[in-house]
Amino acid sequence: MALPRLRLPRRRLIPIGVVSALVIALVVIVVWPSSDSYTTQEQRITVRTGPAGDQSVTLDATLYLPKEERPVPAVLLAHGFGGTKRSVDTDARELAELGYAVLTWTAQGFGRSTGEIHLNSPDWEVKDAQGLIDWLAARPEVRKTGANDPVVAAVGGSYGGALSLLLAGVDQRVDAIVPMITWNDLANAFLPEATGRGPENGVFKRQWAGLFFGSGSAALGAGGDLSALLGGGGPGPESGADPQANPQCGRFAADVCAAYLDVATTGKASPETIALLRRSSPASVAGTIKAPTLLIQGEADSLFPLSEGDANARAIAANGTPVRVAWFTGGHDGGEGPGSDQDRLKFLTAQWLDHYLKKNGDAPSRDFVYSRTTGLDATNRDLVASGYSVKDYPGVAGRSSTAVEVQGRPTAVANPPSGTPGALSTLPGGLSSFVGGAGLDVPGQFARYVSAPFESTVDVVGAPTVKVRAASPTGEAVLFVKLYAIGNGGTSSLPGGQVAPIRLTGLPATLDQATPVTVTLPAIVHQFERGHRLAIALSTSDQAFASPVQPAVYQVAVEGPVTLPSVAGTPIADPNLIWWYLLGGLLAAILLGLVIAIVVARLRGRRRDRSVNAEHADTPLVVRGLRKEYADFVAVESVSFTVNRGQVVGLLGPNGAGKTTSLRVLMGLTRATAGEILVFGHRLEPGAPVLSRLGALVEGPGFLPHLTGIANLRLYWKSTGRPEADADFEQALEIAGLGGAVNRRVRTYSHGMRQRLAIAQAMLGMPELLVLDEPTDGLDPPQIAEMRQVLRRYATDGRAVLVSSHLLAEVEQTCTDVVVMNKGKIVASGKVAEIVGDSPTVQLEVSDVDTATAVLTDLGVRSVTPSEGGLVVDVNGTPRQEVVAALVRAGVGVDRVVPRRRLEDAFLSLVGGDTKASGER
Amino acid sequence: MSAQPMSVVSEAAVGYKPGRTLSVWTEVRRQAARRRTQFALGFMVLLPLIVLGAFAWNPGGGDGDGDGDGNGGFSALVDVATSGGPNFALFTIFVSAGFLLVVVVALFCGDAVASEASWGSLRYLLAVPVPRSRLLAVKLTVALLYTAAAMLLLLGTALLAGTLAYGWDPLQAPVGGTLSAGAGVGRLLLVLGYLFAMMLVVGALAFFLSVSTDAPLGAVGGAVLLYIVSSILDQIDALGGIRDLLPSHFNDAWLGLLSTPMQTADVARGLVSAVVYTTLLLVLSWWRFLRKDVVS
Repeated sequence: MALPRLRLPRRRLIPIGVVSALVIALVVIVVWPSSDSYTTQEQRITVRTGPAGDQSVTLDATLYLPKEERPVPAVLLAHGFGGTKRSVDTDARELAELGYAVLTWTAQGFGRSTGEIHLNSPDWEVKDAQGLIDWLAARPEVRKTGANDPVVAAVGGSYGGALSLLLAGVDQRVDAIVPMITWNDLANAFLPEATGRGPENGVFKRQWAGLFFGSGSAALGAGGDLSALLGGGGPGPESGADPQANPQCGRFAADVCAAYLDVATTGKASPETIALLRRSSPASVAGTIKAPTLLIQGEADSLFPLSEGDANARAIAANGTPVRVAWFTGGHDGGEGPGSDQDRLKFLTAQWLDHYLKKNGDAPSRDFVYSRTTGLDATNRDLVASGYSVKDYPGVAGRSSTAVEVQGRPTAVANPPSGTPGALSTLPGGLSSFVGGAGLDVPGQFARYVSAPFESTVDVVGAPTVKVRAASPTGEAVLFVKLYAIGNGGTSSLPGGQVAPIRLTGLPATLDQATPVTVTLPAIVHQFERGHRLAIALSTSDQAFASPVQPAVYQVAVEGPVTLPSVAGTPIADPNLIWWYLLGGLLAAILLGLVIAIVVARLRGRRRDRSVNAEHADTPLVVRGLRKEYADFVAVESVSFTVNRGQVVGLLGPNGAGKTTSLRVLMGLTRATAGEILVFGHRLEPGAPVLSRLGALVEGPGFLPHLTGIANLRLYWKSTGRPEADADFEQALEIAGLGGAVNRRVRTYSHGMRQRLAIAQAMLGMPELLVLDEPTDGLDPPQIAEMRQVLRRYATDGRAVLVSSHLLAEVEQTCTDVVVMNKGKIVASGKVAEIVGDSPTVQLEVSDVDTATAVLTDLGVRSVTPSEGGLVVDVNGTPRQEVVAALVRAGVGVDRVVPRRRLEDAFLSLVGGDTKASGER
Repeated sequence: MSAQPMSVVSEAAVGYKPGRTLSVWTEVRRQAARRRTQFALGFMVLLPLIVLGAFAWNPGGGDGDGDGDGNGGFSALVDVATSGGPNFALFTIFVSAGFLLVVVVALFCGDAVASEASWGSLRYLLAVPVPRSRLLAVKLTVALLYTAAAMLLLLGTALLAGTLAYGWDPLQAPVGGTLSAGAGVGRLLLVLGYLFAMMLVVGALAFFLSVSTDAPLGAVGGAVLLYIVSSILDQIDALGGIRDLLPSHFNDAWLGLLSTPMQTADVARGLVSAVVYTTLLLVLSWWRFLRKDVVS
């Protein structure tokens, strides 16, 4: 036997197809390789370098060339300290996408490039970069403004940023620069002194210096981790530890190495060291920089703080060169910053290069932009930085200032021997987050001066200043000045995570003789809200710095108010505003769609065929050629019948004959495949208003189980929206005959009780046509008898009832008319009296079947059929008494004589034969 | 032309008007007596009290007051929660947003049509006849009304109970910053509004399943299940930008409404996502139900 073929109906196939297509599309989008708009070429470029230009260094480089029409402007993209060309690969690709030929290279002394680290010395690294400009000038793909003068910008962060500044200072072929998070004066950066006494008196930033030196020293072999902290972000030195290399200096040039060893040992810089560091500083060439400069500096940067960027900006602007300054919330401690900041910086960079390299559009604004962390992007687990802009760069002193008094007594503080234990203010490279950014002062080693709560919000943008006095028995003191912000909850934080170190000399032994000195604190961007306070802490030690080895006790005090600089920043419009516009547009579109849908529905409703079939306007129900097909079978093949006023029509048929399906169509639950139903001449379709003239019980009762019987009836009537008075609850309840049980929840009802309630519900409002499906189901005999009376009475006032049943007796005793259905078709219909009327058939129970058969055959009957315990005889007009007499005469005992009726015949011929439901054919 | 109005009048039973069937108030009454409705709303009152009781239970006694002695993030959250009514209300919203509200909205919306189908009462409503579009509109409106009532009840009880227990103190935003109690309650209402919009997606999904099946449990469970799947996928970073398309991706964006100034970028994106999904699912629901053979 063949297995039935698995057949999916068409309506199943469509959703399956749609879902599959979506899944496939999603996979393709994810997996599809995006085609690049540029090519990359690995290069080994040898340049002549050194003080005399006679040294040869081979640089490991990559050229990213856009596929678009050439020649194109070029960008020299330099990496951070400890990194390689691969550290800036992502940025290079983004610039190449924008249509620039990007040249990245590994600086000498790093990675696969040869040479030594000279800390961006004009004799070495800067000469290398000039060699690269020559190399670019020789490339036909690169646009040129003259012989050996390509259109080129220098872009880079940290070590690479300083290189771009130094390069622009010595080589006028550079057309624009974008230096990021870099230094102005390396001596100042490593030996800061916040009262302005210069690096000669600076306090050595030993932790950062150590990391800086360590990451460049291949012999240490730990560059991978350290370089990541230094703006490199990429893999460390690839050459690994060279056994031949000097284990102390690694790939550092001898002079740089010696300078580091000297300063790290003594904590002070010799004039030679300072001279060396100054040579590697943009400060030395800033006066000659003519290339338009976009200066990006980080607010969370304890290595190259905002003051370094400020010095660069002022020096370059003094030449009349266009300079734009942008601060963002990241930096050497804060990293790349939140996504909103990164997007802003990328935009500024692209805009700068677009104008100064490609000569597109108007000159970019030189407004100063800064950003402040304003919240948390909960969706992407990221901070959100809001951008603000100010006309022209105000510098770290701000445009206006607020003076805030702080309270505190002169205090004696101890300098710990060798600076241990030291206060913890910030850890290089953003490790501060591990100490919560709150800072940690060692008891006995600090004095704290707290302000009153702020009465209104104060936005600090720039470097606050404060006057301090100190006395020391040795005449000298090193102090670390910090500005804490204290929130409403009393928690302190160190904005920017930075410290201002000061080295005071010539101090008196007692405080009353000390003269106040002005300390410029690190520049910050911070908002003090109403109720916040600030605190100034004077500490004797800090783990990030080298403090005096000798123990001592100083007297310290804060003199006068803290000056907080601020600027009136205008919030930069959030590009995400577009989502609000999108939302507004979407809602408007939906509203419009809704209005259109309603109008169309109304119009369609008005155009609907409302004509009345005049012929049947007074006929409760006319069913004509009704057919209902489902996907895989025909439930009703063709049914036609009429219910007239005053009739109780029985729809009789075995289970599955199609009775219920017909009634579903009649209730507007399903649509007929063909044919029509007219109720009082109106075509019936789902939701047709004429349904309101019809009361129904189909497929059993349906009530809200949590409501009482009476509440169910009342809420049902409410939902028809018709006047309460028309319902006639009294009569309905009488018919239901539930007595006090109507006040119980329907949940507790028996099957019969629900059935009676359902009949009562169908009769609410006394509809002109009552349709009941198996109404006596679950009723007991007396109730059935009563129900028959009710139904017969119901049809008397010109109303009509249609009752479906599979029980012959039921129909026979209740109905005036009958329609017999089987297998989706009408097999008989007419008045019950006519159909029930005597039939020519008699059922006999006899003692001797064989003899009886012979006798009857002789009598001339039409047919004799044996049935269980007797015979079914079609007497063909012969009176029954004659038949009995003939049998008795022949000696056959007759037990019973039962006249058969037409309806039973018709029904039994169905039941006795194929009683399979229409659906099972 | 004069004959037609006559026939239109005689078409329906006296007093029947399609626009008057199954009013919103009738449907509210039909649902109000349900245990499901009562339990769901009752739990919204009970939950803040349970949380309050749990806080009060603390056998260690004493009031931690602030500086959290290294007890971890949740304890810090609890410390904040016990500092004033608005903070307690925020905590209650925070703990219910992820799952409880999803279940509640799925319950109200997923049950709406499917339960009528399973009781069989849907047949009789359609035979009234309540126009199918109207039936859906009223059902959805009432389900969303109950959802909104549940959310407001939760916030209201939490505010009241929290204020009685801990006082009327400023709201401390989880992202930092403090809002005066009055402004804080305003923000909490905004948060609730946003959450309601997010819950619309779950509700619309449950509603779509509700018109597609006769099993109320299937509709409610299906909606919650799909929501959980979406949340799980959202945890997988490898999916990258595709996660933005997940209906639950912007669920936590309401945290942005508590910072100063408010971070509304993700809120807007979340609303766009919610509106798109909700519209799509509701159009599908209507499309399906208007063509459906009701054979329950």
